[in-house]
Amino acid sequence: MAGILAERRNRLLALKKMRQQGTAPAVEEKTCPQCGRALNDTDLADNQHVCPYCGHHFAISARDRVAMIADDGQFRELDAALVSTDPLEFPGYPDKLAQLRAKTRQGDAIVTAIAKVGGVRVAVAALDTRFLMASMGAVVGERLTRLIERATKQHLPLIVFSASGGARMQEGIISLMQMAKTSAAIQRFSDKGGLYISVFTNPTTGGVTASFASLGDIHLAEPGALVGFAGPRVIEQTIGQKLPEGFQSAEFQLEHGFIDAVVPRARMRATLIRLLMLHGKGGAEHVG
Amino acid sequence: MSDNLPVTVDVLTAAQRVAIARHPGRPGVAQIIDALFTDFFEQRGDLSSTDDPSIMGGIALFHGRPVTVLGNRKGSDIEERVACNFGMASPEGYRKAQRIMRAAEKFGRPIFTFVDTSGAYPGMEAEEHGQGEAIARSIELMSSLTVPVICVICGEGGSGGALALAVGNRVIMLENAVYSVLSPEGFASILWKDSSRADEACEVMKLTADDLLELGVIDGIIPEPAGGAHENPAALFQILDTQLSRELETLSKMSPTALVNDRYRKFRAMGATAVKRGRI
Repeated sequence: MAGILAERRNRLLALKKMRQQGTAPAVEEKTCPQCGRALNDTDLADNQHVCPYCGHHFAISARDRVAMIADDGQFRELDAALVSTDPLEFPGYPDKLAQLRAKTRQGDAIVTAIAKVGGVRVAVAALDTRFLMASMGAVVGERLTRLIERATKQHLPLIVFSASGGARMQEGIISLMQMAKTSAAIQRFSDKGGLYISVFTNPTTGGVTASFASLGDIHLAEPGALVGFAGPRVIEQTIGQKLPEGFQSAEFQLEHGFIDAVVPRARMRATLIRLLMLHGKGGAEHVG
Repeated sequence: MSDNLPVTVDVLTAAQRVAIARHPGRPGVAQIIDALFTDFFEQRGDLSSTDDPSIMGGIALFHGRPVTVLGNRKGSDIEERVACNFGMASPEGYRKAQRIMRAAEKFGRPIFTFVDTSGAYPGMEAEEHGQGEAIARSIELMSSLTVPVICVICGEGGSGGALALAVGNRVIMLENAVYSVLSPEGFASILWKDSSRADEACEVMKLTADDLLELGVIDGIIPEPAGGAHENPAALFQILDTQLSRELETLSKMSPTALVNDRYRKFRAMGATAVKRGRI
């Protein structure tokens, strides 16, 4: 937490200085897509990017996600430099990747890291929807698999914040194969007694739902997150009618038996700490 | 084209192969079981709520040896096609496949799967019953099996719905079969918001057997009779039988642990050359 606070303090100090010089940027206004109220970015950031009026959970970056649950907001990122080679030589794809790398300062749609959560060393991953809708290509599959294998070897609990539009179309069949690769790694991890907490965030669909995200020992979800295999548009086209309100929401999945709990962002860290403690061996007691 | 030029299957475009892969007369799992296996006993139902006929599986003899056979059934006439939901399985179908594979594991039976689906069914009920979870569990289960698993992509290998039956020690494709992350129509719809550009999608998706062999996704290609398997199924069955016997013989020499490790390494390597260290 101290890390986050220090960072925020520095940001505020910098802003104050800029204001004195008259160069401060205008505070960005956002409209909450759920309740329609106007919000400014600073207030949102102070509230973990959750609307203070209606509780709508805004998308956050993968690094923010990891920092939010880590002790002191600190973590050590792994394989950060891994990027795609554009295996299918897909038209326009390398340029798109370069733009997104520059914008997000990430190699691809995932961040993998080692962090401490409530004093327990954990392997943690988060997907990032800013990067091609967090679709899973070879980099996402490879970084996640390396993390799972490290967690298996070092007996670390595993926490994965999933989000995804599904497989990365631009990497075609290679993307599909990442489903098998990551699921097989989870299987081995589980076989060795490792605890895997899978957290569904908005939206988790397609090949990610149909692989590692659905293979947790514990399944959590953020309120209102869309969770499903086929996307709503595809289902509507298939059945030729509109889907009812709330179809495939986290609450819907809870009702249908695929999720243990819907956990608001404000309670996520505390919930994870409790789950690590409750698991003993495989969770907190694995730390040696 | 001049008449004396040899016309080989090499001249087929990817879109033409998709058309052959979807040909209604193409032999499906039921015909393959009939032709290559004896004493087939069909195992039905997911032991929980229903029997999804779009997944067909059971126990049979292959050259006198008990094996498990499993595949996507599209149906051969319109009534059967409707009953099989055109080969698009429900979560219950994948759960049925899982219990059939678990039984194979228990009794040490090698598993043959014959994959032919445009994808898992994207309907409301399928979502309510956990299509994603059902596919994920099938993939996970297949990765852990200690018996030989040989998968044949026979027609369409569409998306996660196909992969759920295709995590094998050997994955081989019929020459005109296709295997892809999504149907060409779905691909064009997602990337270009225009499903009518499916033919164009076929060309960039790298979904033919040759492409996939080159990418290291499959282990071999089974040649088809001229014009496609539907032109002469008997000829296809003969080649398929020879090939499957050979693969089974090789895998039968491996220990249970070696089989699991072999499958893990195979899928672990997928996409290894699609990543590199770069500058962010």
